[in-house]
Amino acid sequence: MNDIYEGLVAAFWLVVTLDSDLMQISLRSLQVSLSALLIASAIALPLGTFLAIRRFRFRRLVISLLNALMGLPPVVVGLIVYILLSRSGPFGVLGLLFTPTAMIIAQVIIITPLIASITHQAMRELWAEYHDLLISLNTSPWQRIKTLIWDGRRNLLTASLAGFGRAIGEVGAIMIVGGNIDNATRVLTTAIALETGKGDFALALALGFVLIALAIGINICIHWLSRTEREGRW
Amino acid sequence: MSTILPLILKDVAVRRRGKRLLGPVDLTLKSEGLTMIVGPNGSGKTTLLRVMHGVERLSSGSATWAVAEEEARHRQSYVFQTPIMLRRTVADNLRYPLQLIATPRAEVETRIARWAKRIGLEERMGLQATRLSGGEKQKLALARALIRKPDVLFLDEPCANLDGASTRDIESILQTALSEKTRIIMTTHDLGQAKRLARDAIFMLHGVVHETGLATGFFSAPQTAELQAFFRGDIIA
Ligand SMILES: Nc1ncnc2c1ncn2[C@@H]1O[C@H](COP(=O)(O)OP(=O)(O)OP(=O)(O)O)[C@@H](O)[C@H]1O
Ligand SMILES: [Mg+2]
Repeated sequence: MNDIYEGLVAAFWLVVTLDSDLMQISLRSLQVSLSALLIASAIALPLGTFLAIRRFRFRRLVISLLNALMGLPPVVVGLIVYILLSRSGPFGVLGLLFTPTAMIIAQVIIITPLIASITHQAMRELWAEYHDLLISLNTSPWQRIKTLIWDGRRNLLTASLAGFGRAIGEVGAIMIVGGNIDNATRVLTTAIALETGKGDFALALALGFVLIALAIGINICIHWLSRTEREGRW
Repeated sequence: MSTILPLILKDVAVRRRGKRLLGPVDLTLKSEGLTMIVGPNGSGKTTLLRVMHGVERLSSGSATWAVAEEEARHRQSYVFQTPIMLRRTVADNLRYPLQLIATPRAEVETRIARWAKRIGLEERMGLQATRLSGGEKQKLALARALIRKPDVLFLDEPCANLDGASTRDIESILQTALSEKTRIIMTTHDLGQAKRLARDAIFMLHGVVHETGLATGFFSAPQTAELQAFFRGDIIA
């Protein structure tokens, strides 16, 4: 109980004094996870939609693969990305290991299947509703995907939010590929793990509260944006 | 502008799960005017209409237009028995078919304004289309089908659920389209409407074309016992 209280007080002071370490770490967390979210969404939203509207030979297989990938342990993803990016690995020459870029790559791999899977479910329903009309209007496959994405954007927002939640709270993979290097690849989750290990519960808790606030803040922000848009249109 | 007609259906059959829903049907649609398809529930009217439009998979036979498939698809519209509304505003529903074919912006806005007025929904342009009443949705679906100025228009019971005034509105829109040389093929359960609009008619029964003819003879002197029974409102064996 005392720890939590101290954590709250510490967090309060760290935030109101705009502690430079805290700011830097938080901003890096945001930067890494938002970049991963952007890239993963760019892949997963069209992919999930495509899977919902196109019947092809290995469709079922791709969908089960996606669902299986959704359950991939982040630590294993981290390990694989580490091996690929390490000096002796196939992409070693790029020198990406222990950089924020490596962390973004790992997070993209972790959240893309999740976003694609949720997208697929939502889009399947919308496609059943629109199918006859879009076929009748002689739309191209790309026009169909654009239409479904636009009209299903609120569902897609939810899918993306789920992805962001997973990314910002993820620690296993980015610890391995980022290395938790001070001033370079330290983010909120890895910093919490470090401070907890050192026994500095107050600081760890402070960082934890900031993390929670960030996650909730982003959620509220996006929901608020989508609501004002809705009110504007209706 | 060359016409995409005639449409020739040759030995068309549609089977689903071992059951024959339609066919064999041999039919040629040419000229102008309005062809009315009548028949009891489940007789295959909707299936036939969808076959003509090219959105129903054929089990055998062929449906061919006078022009290439792609061009023909482009120059026809279809209004479904239950209107499908995009989850957008009324105005955006009207805009959608024009957006697909990259129409100049000014032209798009003029056409939307004109159609909004013609279907009496000017006040509802900013409303989500899914919130319209059933009848309003049907009118919007018709306007959305005509806004591209198609050569051929398919309508599946466009006036079901509409009151007298709305039915008259829609019929007058159809008359205008006919006078602008739009070819219309539609179904209805309203025999009065069939007589008012049809140039020729098709009687569907158990998935086949049971009788056809020019409207004059078709309604006043039906040839088959089944069509006579249908007009009397009897149950047809
Ligand atoms: N996918 C399908 N599988 C099996 N049966 C089907 C399928 N689609 C339609 N049917 C059946 O085909 C028959 C013809 O249907 P259709 O919709 O063409 O009738 P209709 O003449 O338009 O009837 P209504 O006047 O009620 O609209 C119906 O008995 C219907 O149940
Ligand atoms: Mg029908």
